[in-house]
Amino acid sequence: METANKTGTIKDKLIFEFETSKLFLFGDTQLRDQSMESFYKQGIPDRKHEEYKYTPIASMLKGEFNFSTTKNCSDEQIEELKFLKGAYVVIIENGILVEGLSNLEHLPKGLTICSLVDASKSSSPVFEKHYSQYADVNADPFIALNTAMTKDGVFIHIEKNVIIEKPIHIIHIATAFENTIIHPRNLIVIDENAQVKIVESYQTVDSKAKIFNNALTEIVVDKHAIVDHYKIQDENDDFGYLLNTTQVIQKKQSVFSTHTFTLSGALVRNNLTIVLDDEHIESHLNGLYITNGKQIVDNHTVVDHRKPNCNSNELYKGIIDGKSTATFNGKIFVRKDAQKTNAFQSNKNILLSEDGTINTKPQLEIYADDVKCSHGTSTGKLDQEKIFYLQARGIGITNAKKLLMHAFASEVVNTVKIEALREYIEAKIAKTFE
Amino acid sequence: MLSIKNLHASIDGKEILRGINLEIKAGEVHAIMGPNGSGKSTLSAVLAGRPEYEVTAGEIIYNGKNLLELAAEDRAREGIFLAFQYPIEIPGVSNINFLKTAIGEIRAYKGLEPMEAKDFLKLLKEKQALVEIDRALISRSINEGFSGGEKKRNEIFQMAMLEPKLAILDETDSGLDIDALRIVANGVNKLKSKANATIVITHYQRLLDYIIPDVVHVLYNGKIVKSGSKELALELEEKGYDFIKEVEEIEA
Repeated sequence: METANKTGTIKDKLIFEFETSKLFLFGDTQLRDQSMESFYKQGIPDRKHEEYKYTPIASMLKGEFNFSTTKNCSDEQIEELKFLKGAYVVIIENGILVEGLSNLEHLPKGLTICSLVDASKSSSPVFEKHYSQYADVNADPFIALNTAMTKDGVFIHIEKNVIIEKPIHIIHIATAFENTIIHPRNLIVIDENAQVKIVESYQTVDSKAKIFNNALTEIVVDKHAIVDHYKIQDENDDFGYLLNTTQVIQKKQSVFSTHTFTLSGALVRNNLTIVLDDEHIESHLNGLYITNGKQIVDNHTVVDHRKPNCNSNELYKGIIDGKSTATFNGKIFVRKDAQKTNAFQSNKNILLSEDGTINTKPQLEIYADDVKCSHGTSTGKLDQEKIFYLQARGIGITNAKKLLMHAFASEVVNTVKIEALREYIEAKIAKTFE
Repeated sequence: MLSIKNLHASIDGKEILRGINLEIKAGEVHAIMGPNGSGKSTLSAVLAGRPEYEVTAGEIIYNGKNLLELAAEDRAREGIFLAFQYPIEIPGVSNINFLKTAIGEIRAYKGLEPMEAKDFLKLLKEKQALVEIDRALISRSINEGFSGGEKKRNEIFQMAMLEPKLAILDETDSGLDIDALRIVANGVNKLKSKANATIVITHYQRLLDYIIPDVVHVLYNGKIVKSGSKELALELEEKGYDFIKEVEEIEA
């Protein structure tokens, strides 16, 4: 690796920061070095990079950045973000788990929630077995960067046969007075026949400068486990830049449902990968993005069918307004062994403005011969016939459009099984339509 | 209540209505019959304010107001109701939420207080019984997965809920079996009063056995070529529309 220096490109700055801080970071130094090496080779992807064609991260990362994890927001501001009553709450502020503000007392038997730093220090065997085993540092520069530079995050472990009734709410807070880059990381391990609901919310609070949140979550769903996973991305439209990698591995007969709601943020890039690594697995991927202004939202999903007799079902919907750009890229792999696979994908968009852009690209790669796979995309305006029908009953054009947008979104919103969360999302959506 | 004078309307530059004259008073039922393509549905679309149609000449005065200056939603708020020939499905919008929004906007337009939730539910129950529509249908999304008959019945249910002054039934009988036709007609009859008027647009005479019209008009080639009592409908049924065509040609 070349000698890093503090001035120069963002890549140089990241390497310099890494070299000067790595001794203070938790865990395996070798893994971090290798990851940084990989990041150095891959670099920050520019628009020539096929996978990042519509996500101008390189141009966003120009100018000065620091890597401080200083807290800026008050305890009261954080309390307001706890919108799920009765949940186990994990507060992660600028990538660091803040135990004092989290609600982790009285955890039931079989549930562990602690910081990644603590999990690493205590040499938890579950942590050591699974940490950084699924998100491949050579597959994506931001996985490499996160693995090299992460300072903390949450480790959650649900033991065999344990059912956690209350949801676990991980609140990621990004807050910056100067341009900042953070790399929070989570590892969630759900053992055999366990059940849990996990909500990750991403918010910017009290920011006056760009904050680039390179967040990564690995989720291990062991056999017969049932997991409901939600991401609510609601960052600041001027300062919030989020690259959210979610890497999931599923084992035999497990059910994993994930829901991604992108409601605001200057730039949001989701890299969601689910590997179906055994038979009789069920995976559900639901997404809803509502964009406006100059927002850029890019959802890349990968569903990797490796074994026979599995089902995956994907539904992403978007409402695009203003000069915003939304991208959906959905890859489905059906490997040679994955006979009797059922894989379905659908991406539907409503374009409300002349200046909005939607890029949609389904990519199916099928190497097995006895499978049922389908994909479909559609992009259109609000249906004039429907608007007229509502008008003909006395409903004004503004409310008619709102009703239809709610109707369009409801197909995804209705997949939310936690009632309080569904209400929260509905209220948020209603606000974005005002 | 409604006065149409020399109404000309076109769509995509093609003239469909070529000088309609029609006077309707409160308490009356008018039937408009005519062969396919005569302009029946265009007339209902123009009355309801469908934006694709362009009125090129003439006027429509409704309760003293120039109807053509009102947006579609304002016409509905003023008491005009179109029962659609082909009611569309709107998945994701429940009938209840839809009607609540509609009634809310209509009341706000009239300067009335919002309706209390319990009054709304009472009204819903009452009208549901009146038009004999299944409660399960009402709680579903608008017309989603409804049969043809259920859709038509839902139109009449909406009409009952909104209590219009002028109801226009655009081929409400098409696609209905005799039992459904009776139920729909029965609903319409129960909603009739001295204060409101109904326009029944139909291709066949059968519906008029159940909804008895005061006047029957025959629309042909964008004009009302003949008006008469309910017997005219029977005559038309018997002789067919060719008889009108012949009359028209002779007159021309």
